[in-house]
Amino acid sequence: MIESIKGFLLVYPENWHDWGPQIYAAMWVTIKLTICSFTLATVMGLLIAVGKMSPIKIVRGFCIGYIEVARGIPTLAILFLLYFGLVPLGIVLDAFVASYIGLGLTAAGYMAEIFRAGIGAIHKGQREAAYAVGMTPYKSFRYIIFPQAIRIIIPPLLNMLIILLKDTSICSLISTDELMLRAKDLAMMSFRPMHLFLLVGVIYFFLAWPLSILTRRVEKKLQKSQRNALA
Amino acid sequence: MLTELLNKVYELGTPLLFGAITTVTLTLSSLVLAIILGLVLALIRLLNIKVVNALISTFVEIFRNTPVLAQLFILYFGLPYMGIKISPFLAATIGLSLNGGALLSEVFRAGLSAIHFGQRESALSVGMTPWMSLRYIILPQTWRITLPPIGNYAIALLKDTAVVSAIAAPEIMFYARNLVTRTFDTTFIYILAALLYFCLSFPLARIVDRFERNQKVWQ
Amino acid sequence: MNSPLLRLENIHKNFGDLEVLKGIDLTLEKGKKVAVIGPSGCGKSTLLRCINYMEIPSSGHIYMEGELFGEKKLNNTFGKLNSKELAKQRSQIGMVFQSFNLWPHLTAINNVALGPTVVNQMPKNEAYELAKSMIEKVHLTPKINEYPERLSGGQQQRVAIARALAQQPKLMLFDEPTSALDPELIGEVLNVIQELASEGRSMVLVTHEINFARELADHIIFLHDGIIIEEGPPSEVIDNPKNERLKTFLNQIVKT
Repeated sequence: MIESIKGFLLVYPENWHDWGPQIYAAMWVTIKLTICSFTLATVMGLLIAVGKMSPIKIVRGFCIGYIEVARGIPTLAILFLLYFGLVPLGIVLDAFVASYIGLGLTAAGYMAEIFRAGIGAIHKGQREAAYAVGMTPYKSFRYIIFPQAIRIIIPPLLNMLIILLKDTSICSLISTDELMLRAKDLAMMSFRPMHLFLLVGVIYFFLAWPLSILTRRVEKKLQKSQRNALA
Repeated sequence: MLTELLNKVYELGTPLLFGAITTVTLTLSSLVLAIILGLVLALIRLLNIKVVNALISTFVEIFRNTPVLAQLFILYFGLPYMGIKISPFLAATIGLSLNGGALLSEVFRAGLSAIHFGQRESALSVGMTPWMSLRYIILPQTWRITLPPIGNYAIALLKDTAVVSAIAAPEIMFYARNLVTRTFDTTFIYILAALLYFCLSFPLARIVDRFERNQKVWQ
Repeated sequence: MNSPLLRLENIHKNFGDLEVLKGIDLTLEKGKKVAVIGPSGCGKSTLLRCINYMEIPSSGHIYMEGELFGEKKLNNTFGKLNSKELAKQRSQIGMVFQSFNLWPHLTAINNVALGPTVVNQMPKNEAYELAKSMIEKVHLTPKINEYPERLSGGQQQRVAIARALAQQPKLMLFDEPTSALDPELIGEVLNVIQELASEGRSMVLVTHEINFARELADHIIFLHDGIIIEEGPPSEVIDNPKNERLKTFLNQIVKT
């Protein structure tokens, strides 16, 4: 048993000169992809969340529809549409671009709901009290609503970051040269799928796990103040 | 023009519908297995055996912090290399169930601990055994709390099945890709596939909405 | 000519099909105190909230010191104020809510000082001094740096009163200020309100505390189903009610 485990592990140093640099570069692509899509998702999510509160019916309807669609269609389907499906219409997107747009726009649907929930969790009375002392809606948002909403929003936001990190693996299916694709290619070439997928799994784990721990710590710290906001 | 369009939908849609059967079957079986696994893990945690809890935590953390695709690849490509060969559907079911079990065990853990203490004491005080308190008092209440998160998980699961096309499981995306290689009608087919998923997930989303609304009222 | 401090002219308020206020007229002179009493659901809170335009009346007008409040005159018709203009008008009226509505992420003194700082652009140290004196006024100086979650209901409400006072309003509105308090905490809040009344503050008080209203108010209004059924000095309205519904209402209150 121990022999076979040793044999298994020895494969790594054997092939490290070949695998190492490629995996390392691919890891950075994964990280870049995560950050790009997270940024896009946050910005889009904010716009959609604000749009959902708009007095203009069309804008509101569009935003509600956007959220339903983004949450109801698999990310893979959206990626395929963006990367393959737009080609006959003359739009040829680079794999990386299609990836972060697809991930970002889909995640924006969830982000919008996170923002809405955060703002909605602030008791209406606090806004009224702000108006009563003479604050404009903008001021009440800036000094009263936003400081409290941000505390509610941060944990789920961090959670979305972790989800996006994991979802970058799906982009391998539209030939984006990130971790998963590298692993698959190397696995096919070297006939050592288990080694490569395990290696890549471990890398994902050590990218995501610290974020998970951070999220939990932040969540605990904010839970105390959360109780007041909902009073 | 319209009849042309409808013909096209029929022609291309039918294979996709076959895929949908697999999608739904896969979702349902993984969901059931994941719920069972999650519940069992959460209950075992209640026994408070340090080593076992540590093992379960490790299991959960690993599955929560790695992509589903990696888990599936390890199962489907990695295992045959070690001598175990399984069908795509089976690999998909096992992979998704394990992943789901890990996620849901956290949901059940939260639900159980939200109810556990006071309720258990009052049950014991009227003479119930711990097992009876679990069966008649705690679990029934846990359901109400965990239904919305489980519902949300089910929707996510439905969408995750698209990914199993990567290990050649015959679900919607898989059929879609095959169709595209045969007919090159890329845009139409992928839009149709997306629509099909939406038709499956939309009713689920409404049901989950109702769960969440009922929960608020009940609280 | 001295205009009254506050004048409500034929205020109607509908919520969809439901008409809650069916034509209210009210006049308040400076330094006077009006109490509004009535059964639940009769529109007391709605009326109060219309005064500072938290609820927008469906029809009717409000005048403060002779000037239109909540609207502006455009040629022959009336127009809406933009949010800045409305906010400025609102800062002239102080409101105390049933559920206090203190801002949980700020300490007591910051709750009180924020309004002057942000709305009136008062320099921070001046606002701080003002806030300190307001908190002293409601007898809560030892709690000045506490967060709302560490204050009792009565203390929170007193901070809320200090917060409203910090804007140096011409008129104070109290929306059932003690209804959400435990019985033993009601007294400290009522005492503060009584002190403010003795100083000559103009106020409109919506309350269930009939005895307090009787002691405090110059004028009592009995509201039922959106109309003023009876009004007058406490000696008439409470001690010698004429209207049958009012008599029933007062009997029920006495019983509880």
